[in-house]
Parts: sequence; structure tokens; C-alpha cells
Amino acid sequence: MDKQKRDIQKQDIILTIIALALCALLMFLGENFLSRLQLRILNLAAIYVILGISLNLVIGFTGMFSLGHAGFMCVGAYTAAILSMPPATKELVYYMVPINPALANIQWGIIPAALAGGVVAAIFGFLVGFPALRLRDDYLAIATLGFAEIIRIVVTNTTSITNGSLGLKDIPSVKSIWVYWGFAILTILILKAIVKSSWGYAFKAIRDDEIAAEAMGINLLKHKLLSFTIGAFFAGVAGALMAYLITSIDPTMFRFTFTFQILLIVVLGGMGSLTGSVVAGVLVAVGMEWLRFVEQDMNIFGYVIHGISGMRMVIFSVLLLLIVLFYRQGLLGTKELSWDSLRKLTSRRSKQKEVSE
Amino acid sequence: MSSEKILETKNLTIKFGGLTAVSDLNLDISKGQIVGLIGPNGAGKTTCFNMITGVYRPTVGNIIFRGRDITGLRPDFITKLGIARTFQNIRLFQSMTVLENVMISKHVRLNASLLEGVLHLPRYTKARRQHLEECMGLLEQVGLADVANEKGTSLPYGKQRRLEIARALATQPTLLLLDEPAAGMNPQESQELMDFIMKIRDLYGLTILLIEHHMEVVMGICEKITVLDYGKTIAQGTPAEIQSNQQVIKAYLGTVEENA
Repeated sequence: MDKQKRDIQKQDIILTIIALALCALLMFLGENFLSRLQLRILNLAAIYVILGISLNLVIGFTGMFSLGHAGFMCVGAYTAAILSMPPATKELVYYMVPINPALANIQWGIIPAALAGGVVAAIFGFLVGFPALRLRDDYLAIATLGFAEIIRIVVTNTTSITNGSLGLKDIPSVKSIWVYWGFAILTILILKAIVKSSWGYAFKAIRDDEIAAEAMGINLLKHKLLSFTIGAFFAGVAGALMAYLITSIDPTMFRFTFTFQILLIVVLGGMGSLTGSVVAGVLVAVGMEWLRFVEQDMNIFGYVIHGISGMRMVIFSVLLLLIVLFYRQGLLGTKELSWDSLRKLTSRRSKQKEVSE
Repeated sequence: MSSEKILETKNLTIKFGGLTAVSDLNLDISKGQIVGLIGPNGAGKTTCFNMITGVYRPTVGNIIFRGRDITGLRPDFITKLGIARTFQNIRLFQSMTVLENVMISKHVRLNASLLEGVLHLPRYTKARRQHLEECMGLLEQVGLADVANEKGTSLPYGKQRRLEIARALATQPTLLLLDEPAAGMNPQESQELMDFIMKIRDLYGLTILLIEHHMEVVMGICEKITVLDYGKTIAQGTPAEIQSNQQVIKAYLGTVEENA
């Protein structure tokens, strides 16, 4: 029995390495053969994946209805942008109010700056979570939503640090798929390990029944804060990547509608399924791009329908409504794709084959 | 040994606004005893449990557990000190299997950091493996080992109750609070439950305080009984004393006869 278990564990590790190698090969092919636009969409998909799974940890696994994700993204994006922009560019960009001298001469590498974005967002997450996580359900949603708006307004008004409503331009551009999907895969691996660990079960226990979880000795505030802070960290990293992808950011990007979009990914994929959020993240990124045609003028048999900008969001809103009404568990419910589930699936298939033969 | 005091409550009183839910409750429980807390519906029995386990903070009075004042401490901290409970309305973790339900109780005994857990470092994996063995052993003793990998909430009612007790036991308590463990059970199941409670008491050296409506269970296993009515203690004593107490008959058993 024990030996069998160890064999399966070994098999899992080998399979994971093969899968990672396969991902690397695909990324290599993508980097060399895809058009710039296609690459950009794929990179955006990676960011959506990070956002989706980190919000799923908070909402789907710990049961905390937080709507502050765009706020943490904003913090991460600004931190990474300010840290990574070359001093000369900063001088040009901050033409209304000069940048705070303490920040003027800093220039970090792209990856350390992205991680710093995550860390600063996590600090904000901790500070916001400490008072707010005593609230539950709708009240928590309102509090976190309020926080995200506060962040946006603070960013708009601290001109010597953030350049206010003018936003930041000429942020170092990163085009490599390795960076975006590298971060995404790393995030998936880390969050999967967390969810499968004893802490992951503690989070789920809190989601299932707070009172029982507390009676089993789980410190509610500590665990909620932990989950919330981890979620904020990855939101911050995703924000940083967003800054590198678009190369210009301004406070209006991180409005509530953006949180709504991430929420769509979580609900579409299934609350409590990392796999679901990964699939839905890619679907939403690609779908958003594909649906661009609805916002353009359409010519149907000589009859011209003028495009309405914002139509894509309407379609996604209707989609969200339909899911909530008719398919609440989302694409995958709480199921996960794992080597174990694949193994079960193939053994069932082969058994069925045996029976039919 | 048997004279060691496990739980003592002194003048325990709680008021919700103008309503006094429990007033002047004095419990005195020694090691190894099985003590019953009975009373008509709404008498304040579960409120009393909620005060002992830290869910509610008493307005007046103290709770002393093994010589330590635990009044107003957080529920998870009280669990760590060694008081475990079950719930009147079963509260299992619905997304988890039987084994996972029990394993949750071991989370606080894990002496490893999240980083060690994520990276699967030896201190974490060793502790997890040991906890897994302990939990499987526990499930075997309570007769749930064969359903260890089934969803907890898919079990039949009686087994769900048993799982709740197993989950409480996994926190390694010295005092176990059972809130209506025999609710909804037929006479035979109640009999099995009584045997089960006696068995775990002896096996784990527990002290047990239980709320129960089934008189045959209460009279059958409790050494001492406290009767509450409208939050007031109307009688305390051995089962025989309680059965012959006029006030109790009037407040509690009398109504039962009327209904019958």
C-alpha cells in the first residue's frame, strides 16, 4: 500500500515535469511563430489567470466576498512602474509636478519590481484586511469595494508619487511570453500547493462553516488575513505585469468594472476550482478580443448597424447573469484537474472498453 | 484523582438586552464524570455551552477550566486548551470527506509554517503523516474507518453525529461538550450512543458534559444532572434525586406527560 502510494507520487512528479516541459515547448513555439497581437492576447490571458486564481483563493476557497482586487492590482502596477522606470523617463513623464526625489533615481529590474509590487499590495492587503475581515458577506464586499475606490482616489491625488490623473507612460515594455506565463505557472503551482496543504483545508473549513472551524481550534482572523494577503500579493504581481504589458497606466483603469471582470472569471470557472479559473481566465481574455467585432460597424445585407463601444461588457454581463441563474457551479464547480483525476478517468474509460468488448 | 476539578462555573449569567438567558449557573464537574444538562426548550442550555466554549461572553460570572479562568477567551484558544464540542444542528464541513473533516482538528497542532507546507519540507510532511495515522486510528475506534474517503455529509444521520464526536475528539480534549447527541435517534441507536459515550470516556480519559432530551440516555449515563428552566437552575443532583424532584416534574417532565 505504502509502496504503491510512493510510486504514484513519483509518477506525479514525472508527469508534472513532462507537462512543464510541454508548456515550455509551447511557449517557445508561441514566442517564435505567433503574431504580435496574438502574443499580446496570450500574455493578457496569463495576467487574467493570475488574477482569477488569486481572487478564487479569497472568494472560492476561503469564502470571503472581496471586491477589492482591482485596488490591489492598482497598488502593484504603480509600485512596479515607479520602481522600474528609468530616471530620464521619469523626468519626462512627471512634467506637471516633479517626482518625489526619493523615488527619482531608482531603477530596478523588471522582475524584482514586479515582486515588490506584489509585496506592497500584500502589505496593503494586510492593513485593509485587519479591520475589514471581521465583517462578513455583503458587508465585507462593501468595505473592500470602498477600499479599492479609496486607493484609486489616493493615487489620483498623490501627484508627486503617482503623477495623478495623468497616469504613467513609457513604462518598460515586456513582450516575452516567458515572463507572463512564467509568473502565471509559478502562481498556479504555489496556489495549488497552498490549497492542497493543511492551510488550504483550514480555509475551506472556514468557508464551509465558520463556527465549526473556530470550534476545531482554527483562528479565524489569522487564517482569513493570511488568505486575503496572499490574494493581494498575487493581484499586485498581476497589476505589475499589466503595467509592463500596456506600458501606460492611469487610475481609471482600476475601476470597479475591472474587479467585476475578474469576478466573472472566478464565477465562470467555478468558485473553488483553480483549474476552472485558469480555463476561464484564458477564455475571457481571448473572448474579449474576439468579441471586438460587435463594437464595429456591421454590414448585414446592405443594412449598416453602427457599433456601440462597451457592447462587449454587455455581453459579458449577460453571460454572468446566465451563469448565476442557470449554471451556478460554473465550468468546473469545485473539481480540479489533477493527475489523480486523469488517472481515474482513463481507468474508467478502459474499464468501459473492457465491458463493451 | 477523581476529585480533580475540571470545570467550574461561578454565578454564570448572560443577558441579551433585557432578557436573561442564563442566570447564576454554578456547575462543578470533576474528572471522569458524565454530567447532564437538561431542561425544556429555550431553557438556556445551548447558550450555556456557547459561554463555556467562548462563543458568547458571559455578562457576569467566571468559567474556570482546570484551575484557569477562561472567561471571555476566543473559541479557538479554548479548543486548544482542551475543551471540544459538538453542535445541536450538525455542522460538518460539507466539501470534505470524513477523514478530511477529522484532519481539520489537527491543523492547530501542526508545528510548521505555511512555507514549509508549500515546499513539502520534512517537518510538515512528517507531522501530516503522523496526524493522518492518528486520525485513521481514531476513525477505526469510532467505527468510521470504512467510510473515511466518503463525503461527510453523505453519511447516514447517526454516523454524521458520530463523525462530529470523532472530530471533536481529534482536538485531544479533556472536556467534551455534547449538544443533544441523541437527537433524532431511535431507542436502539440511543442505546448504542450511550455505550459509545461510555467507551470514549474510558478510552480517552474524558470528562463529559451533555445536553439531552432523551430521558433514558440522561438517566442512564449521567452521574450528576443540572436542570435549567428559563435560565434558572431549578435542581441539581443524582438522577434518582432529579427524578423525584417535584419542581423538575412540574417544569419538565410534567409537560412531557401532558403532551403524551
